[in-house]
Amino acid sequence: MAGEPLLRVEDLRLHYRSGNGVVRALDGVSFDVRRNEALVVLGESGCGKSTLAKALMRLLPRNVQHFSGSLLVDGVETMDYPEERFRREVRWVRISMVMQAAMNALNPVIRVGEQVAEPLRVHRGWSARRARERTAEVFGLVGISADFLQRYPFELSGGMRQRAVLAMALVTEPDLVIMDEPTSALDVLTQAGIMNALKRIKQELGTSFILITHDVSTSSEIAERVALMYAGQLVEFADARDFFREPAHPYSKLLMASVPRLHQKETPVHIPGQPPNLLNPPEGCRFAERCPSRFDRCDRDPETFRIGERRTVRCWLHAPGARP
Amino acid sequence: MNAPARDARRSAAGPVLSARDLHTWFELRQWGFLRVGSVRAVDGVNFELQAGEAVAFVGESGCGKSSLARTLLGLHQPTRGEVVFEGRSLGTLNATERKAYLARVGFVQQDPYGALPPFMDVRRILHEPLIVHGVRNRAEREQRAREALEEVRLSPPDDFLSKFPHMLSGGQQQRVVIARALILRPAMIIADEPVSMLDASVRVEILQLLRNIQTEHGLTLAFITHDLSTVRHFAERIFVMYAGRIVEQAEVNELLNHPQHPYTQALLAAISDPDPDNALHLREVPPGEPPSLLKPPAGCRFHPRCNRMIAGTCDRDDPPDFETRNGHLTACWLYR
Repeated sequence: MAGEPLLRVEDLRLHYRSGNGVVRALDGVSFDVRRNEALVVLGESGCGKSTLAKALMRLLPRNVQHFSGSLLVDGVETMDYPEERFRREVRWVRISMVMQAAMNALNPVIRVGEQVAEPLRVHRGWSARRARERTAEVFGLVGISADFLQRYPFELSGGMRQRAVLAMALVTEPDLVIMDEPTSALDVLTQAGIMNALKRIKQELGTSFILITHDVSTSSEIAERVALMYAGQLVEFADARDFFREPAHPYSKLLMASVPRLHQKETPVHIPGQPPNLLNPPEGCRFAERCPSRFDRCDRDPETFRIGERRTVRCWLHAPGARP
Repeated sequence: MNAPARDARRSAAGPVLSARDLHTWFELRQWGFLRVGSVRAVDGVNFELQAGEAVAFVGESGCGKSSLARTLLGLHQPTRGEVVFEGRSLGTLNATERKAYLARVGFVQQDPYGALPPFMDVRRILHEPLIVHGVRNRAEREQRAREALEEVRLSPPDDFLSKFPHMLSGGQQQRVVIARALILRPAMIIADEPVSMLDASVRVEILQLLRNIQTEHGLTLAFITHDLSTVRHFAERIFVMYAGRIVEQAEVNELLNHPQHPYTQALLAAISDPDPDNALHLREVPPGEPPSLLKPPAGCRFHPRCNRMIAGTCDRDDPPDFETRNGHLTACWLYR
């Protein structure tokens, strides 16, 4: 693949201060997203996947204790940008975001059209009229009739509101849209409708997506690459085809076996145990405690090993020549 | 369980619970007094549950499935029709009998954290229903609380009895809710979306737990759920609900393998298995959204979204249940 990826993240770390000590929510995460590519970040709740989204947008809470790593947009390092420059050049210009439960955060007393047009007025300084016209176009793209511009959020169903916040992320024509659990509160048919809209947008506009979710099945509707997170770290990063067909990390394998499938006779398995506390994560591999293939090397923090061209796995089982 | 055994059980015992022409409407008023209409949350529902069977009511949000659960529990008065439990209509029970009914039917709520009072420890939470239902002896209550915790695999009970809900994980909280539902030794459990608030990896565990308890004690179990992909493992029969009505009912495998109603077919087609090929094509989704229950469409409620709609029939007349295959009932004019 020629050229720089759209976004390259290297060794991203984000630690929070809390009443009981330092929470290591992100502890060395590296991946990249190419143009017009859909990356899915999978993980259980509390694995740091929402923190990752906020870190990429640099929307950090006040209690950050440590934030480091590298965030390259088109090969240009943005970590050292001051906030004002990041806001002007990156956030909502190159990268925009649909936050978790954003559809419930629409202002109830402002018409939907106005709210969706806001990024254009703020970031581009467009006139109300011009912004409205552009918003109507984007509404068509996400599958809402332009009549809804004049409605208030309570007049829209959940699916419609989700489409509206998606439109809000798209109006400024960003290169990358990050979506945190965009369909998890919605019904199956609504979910399928939204995933269809995403596929269409990706094809028509060439937008890249990072979809953050715990829902493996729905994520497969768009995923081209998959990054699986566990306890603040990336444990596997692979092409969706390889990940879904032949997961490599022991956690990936268990996760795939735990997904219910419509026409499968066996009961899906459940993964025993709980993820470690990020206040004081274990020294070695963070999954070791729940891992069926644990061996003596797992007491040390595993390196990230490359398998083939396009897959990395953070597990000692995949060390060259390793055999438990 | 094999089919003949269940059939034998059915004919011997008769239904535990049945709903007859059940309607639950909520009156809507403007400024507190002007009647503007009724939300027809449950609108003509009939079914029978046999002793010891596990069934699932499946539908999207707003189809009336939670209102149905609450009507079955006697928390809503039906507007029309009746719920019959062990041969007696709920509407005819006096206060004492009503209390006895609530002891016979356990309820597992959707949101475990909301269902557990935050200022009570687990011991108090489990003692409470026993106190209400007249178990005076403290030692006996304690004994039963411990048994209930063991039953939901929160063991040793001593680790949990003095904990408050916020000290437990979501899965553990839901186990406490289940323990509380079991503690009066009910004949039936109604579980309203028992796992939708939990993490995916915990869901299967909780559903399995419910199913094990159900088979062990021969309980009747009614799941309310929107998740068709797990239903196969935890229920024997499925009722599919749409806009306040049951549109299709059958044995689990029969329904999943041979869905008849266009709505059920659409629902099943929208569920993805984790397959990388999904990303290659668009899914077929019926247009529009479920109708307002304030003014549901005439005739079949799915007809405005249905691609096999028969003009002049589906948009005028309510479809009755047709037996389309063996034991498979479908409310759809296509099968006339």
